[in-house]
Amino acid sequence: MHIDPRGPRFGAAITTLLLAAVLVTGSPWLLAVQTIVFSLGAFHSSPYVAVYRRYVRPRLGPPRELEDPRPPRFAQGVGLVFATVGLIGFAAGITPLALGATAVALLAAFLNAAFGFCLGCEMYLMIRRLQPGRTQ
Amino acid sequence: MTGIAVLVATLVAGVVAGVVMRHRNGRPRSERKERAPVTGDDLGAELGERATLVQFSTAFCQPCRATRRILGEVAAMVPGVRHVEIDAEARLDLVRRFDVLRTPTVLVLDGSGDIVTRASGQPRKADVIAALGAAVDRPSHRSSQPSDKV
Repeated sequence: MHIDPRGPRFGAAITTLLLAAVLVTGSPWLLAVQTIVFSLGAFHSSPYVAVYRRYVRPRLGPPRELEDPRPPRFAQGVGLVFATVGLIGFAAGITPLALGATAVALLAAFLNAAFGFCLGCEMYLMIRRLQPGRTQ
Repeated sequence: MTGIAVLVATLVAGVVAGVVMRHRNGRPRSERKERAPVTGDDLGAELGERATLVQFSTAFCQPCRATRRILGEVAAMVPGVRHVEIDAEARLDLVRRFDVLRTPTVLVLDGSGDIVTRASGQPRKADVIAALGAAVDRPSHRSSQPSDKV
């Protein structure tokens, strides 16, 4: 089943706002909320995309192109890793780690929301390249 | 306070990275590195008589679908041109050999299997047609004088 690509992009816009709020307030609780959202997005379905479907999609026309749901799902997993590292930073009192990891997740969300680039997806092949190759 | 500085720095970096990536994305560049020509056996598919569009894709690649459609249309339009799609994950040997860093990456091969142009990111159809024109017009120096070297 293919998805409306504007859903994940809408989700990335909300994620950008939330992660920006984490940096401004320094609140680990806000980051915890986003971490839960990332895990739902990676393993089930993103609540932000549900909001998009329920309230935004009906006001828009049909999408020009449908997309594979796997890339945005993978990207949510990458976001989950960074958000978790950020939470560990907050819990351990290592502020640079907390802010740094949050900033990386924010950068990825911002690039997706503003430019439509999926940084998590771009990283996929780089990661695979480092692993030993199989040949057909 | 530090948080606000980090936020501003991240957003500035994001805008710069986004503008640069948007500019470079899918733009065809001539292949600079000398490489051994690509054969049908390498790809596990027959090459086009006049040119071949080789697309590297992965499952986790948003623009690969649209790229597949564009290249398929162009290949159907120009006689002697084939579109070959490679699953990058299954062929990491080719990914390393051709220095593929992202998907989609499109290699435009001439009739003798030499890489003429490459584009990483979703290319525009007009750019693909232009790159193809250059590949088809290229004198196929290799096919006329077969080499014994490997």
